[in-house]
Amino acid sequence: MAESRRPLPRPTPETQHFWDGTRERELRLQRCDACSQVYFPPRPFCPACASRKVSVFAASGRGTLYSYVINHRAPPGSGFEPPYSIAVVELDEGPRMMTNIVGVPQTPEALQLDMPVEAVYEDFTDQITLPFFRPLEAS
Amino acid sequence: MRPGSVAIVGAAETTELGRIPDQSQLQLHADAALNTLADAGLTPADVDGVATAGESPTGVAHYLGITPTWVDGTAVGGCSFMLHVRHAAAAINEGFCKTVLITHGESGRSRIGRGGFSRPAASLQGQFEAPFGTMGAPSTFTIPVLRYMKKYGVTEEQLAMVAVVQREWAARNPRASYRDPIDVDDVLSSDMIAYPFRKLMCCLVTDGGGALILTSAERARDFPQRPVYVIGTGESVETPMVSQMEDFTTSRAFRVSGRAAFEEAGIAHGDVDHLMIYDAFAHLPLYGLEDLGFVGRGEAADFVEERNTAEGGKLPLNTNGGGLSYMHSGMYGMYALQESVRQLRGTAPAQVKDARISIAHGVGGMFAASGTIVLSNEAR
Ligand SMILES: [Zn+2]
Repeated sequence: MAESRRPLPRPTPETQHFWDGTRERELRLQRCDACSQVYFPPRPFCPACASRKVSVFAASGRGTLYSYVINHRAPPGSGFEPPYSIAVVELDEGPRMMTNIVGVPQTPEALQLDMPVEAVYEDFTDQITLPFFRPLEAS
Repeated sequence: MRPGSVAIVGAAETTELGRIPDQSQLQLHADAALNTLADAGLTPADVDGVATAGESPTGVAHYLGITPTWVDGTAVGGCSFMLHVRHAAAAINEGFCKTVLITHGESGRSRIGRGGFSRPAASLQGQFEAPFGTMGAPSTFTIPVLRYMKKYGVTEEQLAMVAVVQREWAARNPRASYRDPIDVDDVLSSDMIAYPFRKLMCCLVTDGGGALILTSAERARDFPQRPVYVIGTGESVETPMVSQMEDFTTSRAFRVSGRAAFEEAGIAHGDVDHLMIYDAFAHLPLYGLEDLGFVGRGEAADFVEERNTAEGGKLPLNTNGGGLSYMHSGMYGMYALQESVRQLRGTAPAQVKDARISIAHGVGGMFAASGTIVLSNEAR
């Protein structure tokens, strides 16, 4: 288990499937059965057309780096060691989500906008696994 | 709202700005309110409408001894006071009340008598943003800007210029917290807060307050101060999660609010003599200039660099020094409105000659909400 002083999410009935997914190393998004919109964060209806007929599916876990800051200020005991990136990734399926970019120096040179990234998972408690992203290995 | 049907007849800030460790947040509301009542020649008994954010309107009304027939507790962040002006104008027109007091007070620096910043772990922000280390505005409000800079080729030097020009305005304002001149190198060598934001690109954290009194245009002529008429208003919200903005290079809330205010006022951009854009961080005036339509997409940084918003430029912007140099208690919108009123009364320290129309444009949360108020010193 990783340190857990960072603020951890408390799932709600509407978001539980997402956090169940990260525990199983899956990034679970929702798709509208009526209009095919893929969306995030979770809710049991489509934000584009308001249909309640929506399905959960496992996304690819891949995306690109959309924007970020490198935070240089975090109080001791906050669970964060500056400098660290706070990033927004645009997933290949369309939605964007906040995350941290890991496995790479936390510098502007190493963190290039639009670079391909993939999800990695870190367990913080028995219940909560956070999705981070790292540069996608060129293959 | 009927353009020009309501006027601001009282406006004042707290007696002190900056560090005020001997007053609670509620007392800052009261200090601003009492100064504003004096400015308008009124007492609390003359007030029948109360609007505020940060504290409840119930708490403010009771503390001041006001018995309201209308209240508004809209609290959508730092632009809440723009929304209060809009809602108050509608309420006065509808006859719900005659004399509205809008108060702001915030112990942003000393933190006397105020609650903390919290995001419940089960909220969407608590689940999908806070776990990744967003810690208040400096590490959250700033996240969209790299996308904006990449799209339009905006440089860190240009971002720094926003702070440089505003410091020039602040140098003329005896009440501004920071008045010493700075240049681009000073900004770019100040401490890194959240890349690409340096300390001098981030707002101050201070204590203070301000208040406004509004009444109908017919009654406004009987007050001691020159009336400032509300001729256009707008408001909107987008998302409480910065990560879920539709587009990181433009604010939907800014566009919707700004468009409504311009349409209601029936003015063109060239009619605007003076502009306030809430500047919690140096990128906000750039987004504001573009989203309000004063310049085209991606043109704001050049516009500022070419000194159009500086003294002698065609669009004087943030003439009190702004949140970057004047003061920023947390919910800065009230101070933007105060400066617009001063400019239209002709009493601003850095007075824009013959200003007739001023716009105060506010942001709430991290691009979460917006309010826009168009003011004029000429009756309609
Ligand atoms: Zn749909």
